[in-house]
Amino acid sequence: MDTVIKVENLTKRFGDFTAVDNISFEVKRGEIFGFLGANGAGKTTAMRMLCGLSIPTEGKGTVAGYDIFRQPELVKKSIGYMSQKFSMYEDLKVWENLELFGGIYGMHDKEIKRKTDELMGRLNFEEERDQLVKSLPLGFKQKLAFSVSIFHHPQVVFLDEPTGGVDPITRRRFWEMIYDATASGITVFVTTHYMDEAEYCDRVSIMVDGRIEALDSPMNLKRTYNAKNMDEVFQQLARKSTRKAD
Amino acid sequence: MKQLFSFIRKEFHHILRDKTTVMILLLMPVIQIVLFGFALSQEVKDTKVIVLANTSDDATRRIIDRVDASEYFDVAVVAHNSNDIDAAFRDGKAKLAMVFEDHFSENLKHTGKAHIQLIADATDPNAATSFLFYASNIITNYQQDLSPTQTNSGLITPEVKMLYNPQMKSAFNFVPGVLGMIMILICAMMTSIAIVREKEMGTMEILLVSPMRPIYTILSKIAPYFVLSVINFATIMLLSVFVLKVPIAGSFISLLTVSLLYIFVALSLGLLISTLTSSQLAAMMISGMGLMIPVMLLSGMIFPIENMPVFLRFISNFVPARWYIDAVKTIMIKGLGLGDVLKDVGVLILMGTVLVTISLKKFKVRLG
Repeated sequence: MDTVIKVENLTKRFGDFTAVDNISFEVKRGEIFGFLGANGAGKTTAMRMLCGLSIPTEGKGTVAGYDIFRQPELVKKSIGYMSQKFSMYEDLKVWENLELFGGIYGMHDKEIKRKTDELMGRLNFEEERDQLVKSLPLGFKQKLAFSVSIFHHPQVVFLDEPTGGVDPITRRRFWEMIYDATASGITVFVTTHYMDEAEYCDRVSIMVDGRIEALDSPMNLKRTYNAKNMDEVFQQLARKSTRKAD
Repeated sequence: MKQLFSFIRKEFHHILRDKTTVMILLLMPVIQIVLFGFALSQEVKDTKVIVLANTSDDATRRIIDRVDASEYFDVAVVAHNSNDIDAAFRDGKAKLAMVFEDHFSENLKHTGKAHIQLIADATDPNAATSFLFYASNIITNYQQDLSPTQTNSGLITPEVKMLYNPQMKSAFNFVPGVLGMIMILICAMMTSIAIVREKEMGTMEILLVSPMRPIYTILSKIAPYFVLSVINFATIMLLSVFVLKVPIAGSFISLLTVSLLYIFVALSLGLLISTLTSSQLAAMMISGMGLMIPVMLLSGMIFPIENMPVFLRFISNFVPARWYIDAVKTIMIKGLGLGDVLKDVGVLILMGTVLVTISLKKFKVRLG
C-alpha cells in the first residue's frame, strides 16, 4: 500500500499560541484514519492545513502526492471535504448540488449525469432528486453531503465531525457509506467525538494540546493503555491536557 | 470556464428562488420613484393662499385671479383683518398670505407704485423660498402685461430664468439621486450579503477547499446583481422619461457608460464589505448605515453640497454617489457629454480601482 498523506513536523502558530505542535504521521491508501482529540486540541487546524485552507508555520506535508506548501491547487483537486457545518446549498435541488460540485471539480456533463443517476439509485433518492435540499431530513442531508464530497472520486476525503447530531442508526448507515467509499479506493480521514466510531477506524491518532499523543490501531491502543474500549483510552490521554477547551 | 458557468447558474438559482427578495429588488426603484415623485415632492402645487384686500378693486382682483389660476396656488380664504391671517397660519389653512395695501389700484394708476406684502410660512424654508418666487413672478408678469411699453419708469425688473429645469421639477434632482441610491443598495448591500451568507452557511469553506478559483467565486457572485442593476437602471430611465417626463437631454450612451462605471464601484464596495465581515447582519448594518446614509445626506441628492460645512463637504468627496449624481445631472438634465464629466468619471475610476484592489487582496488573504 502506498502513502496518501505524509506529514513531518507540521506546526501552526497563531501569535504566541501553538495550535498544532510538531506533528508527524502517514496515512496509507484505502485506510480509514481517525483523527481524535478534545475540543481545542488542534484537530481542525491540522485538517485545514492538509486541505490547503491554512498555511503551516513549519514542517512538511504531502497530500495525494502534492506538496501542501507549493501545490495547494493540485491538492485541492485531489481531495474531498465535508465540514461539521452542514454545507450544501439548501435552496438548490439535490441534483443541482451534484451538478454544481461536479462542475467545480471539472467533471464532464455526461459523467455528472451518469454518476447522478447511479448515486440516486444507490441511495434510493429517486423521489428526492428534484427536491430542494432544505426540505430533506438531516440524515438525508448528511448522506448527500458525503456523496457530494466524494462525487469527483477524490484520492482522499476529509470528514470533519460528519455525524454530529444524528441518531445511532443513521450514524451506522453513514459508516456503511464510508466503508463503501474505501472499498472503491478512497482514503478517509475523519475527525469525530464519538468513541464508538473510533472503533470503526483502521488507525486512530489522538491529539492532546496540539501534539499527537497516541497513534495506532484501536486494538493496539486498547492493549497499550489496558483499556476496555476507546473511550477509556481517550479519557486517559485527554486527562493530560493543560489547555482549556474552547 | 465550466466552473464559472456552473457557479453563475447556481447564483441565479439562489436569487430567483428567493421570490420575495427579487420582487423587492425589482420593485424598489418603482416605489422610490413614486415616493419621491409624488409623495415627497418638493414641488409647489396648490399652495393654500390667504388674501387680505381692504379695497376690492380691479387690479387686486386680477392679481388674485392670476394667483388662483396658476397651478401653484389655491386661494383658500379671504381675510378681513390681520388676525385672520395669524389664525390661518396657525391652523395650517394657508402657507402664504398676500396683503394688498389700501387703494391698491388707484395708487398703481396714479403714482405707478403700489405695495403687496407677501407673508410665507417658512417652517419648510425650501418650500417657502420656491412659492415666494412663484408668487413674485406672477405679480411681475401682471405688471409687465399692464404696461408693456413702459420701459423708462426707472424700475429694474430682474427677469429670472430657470435654466435646464424651467418648471423647477424636483424630479430633475431626485431621479439621479434615486439612481445613485438604488445601485448602491443592490450592488453593494446585496453582493456583500450574498458573499457573507456563504461564510455563514459554511459553504464558503467547501468552496475554498475546492479547486474553484477565487476570482470565479467573486465574478459569479457579482453577475446576477450586475444584471439586476442594469434592469433597475432601465426601469428608472423608463419611469423618469414616461411618467415623470424628465427627458434624457444628453446622450444615452454616455449616461449608460457612467452608470456602468458606478455599478462597478458599488460592486467593489460590496466586495470590500464582504471581506470585512463574517455575518449577514453586520454586512447589512455596514452597507445600511455606512453607505445609505452618506448617499442620502452627503451626495447632494437631498441637501446641496455647496451649503454644507467645510468638514462635511470634505467627507462628501469620498461618497461615490456624489460624483455619479453630478455626472448624471450633467448628462441627463443639462444635456452635456462625457467630456464635461471627466472629473466625475476620473474620480469614480480611481475609487473603483482602489476598492477592487484592496478587496481582491483581502479575499486572497482569507485563503492563506
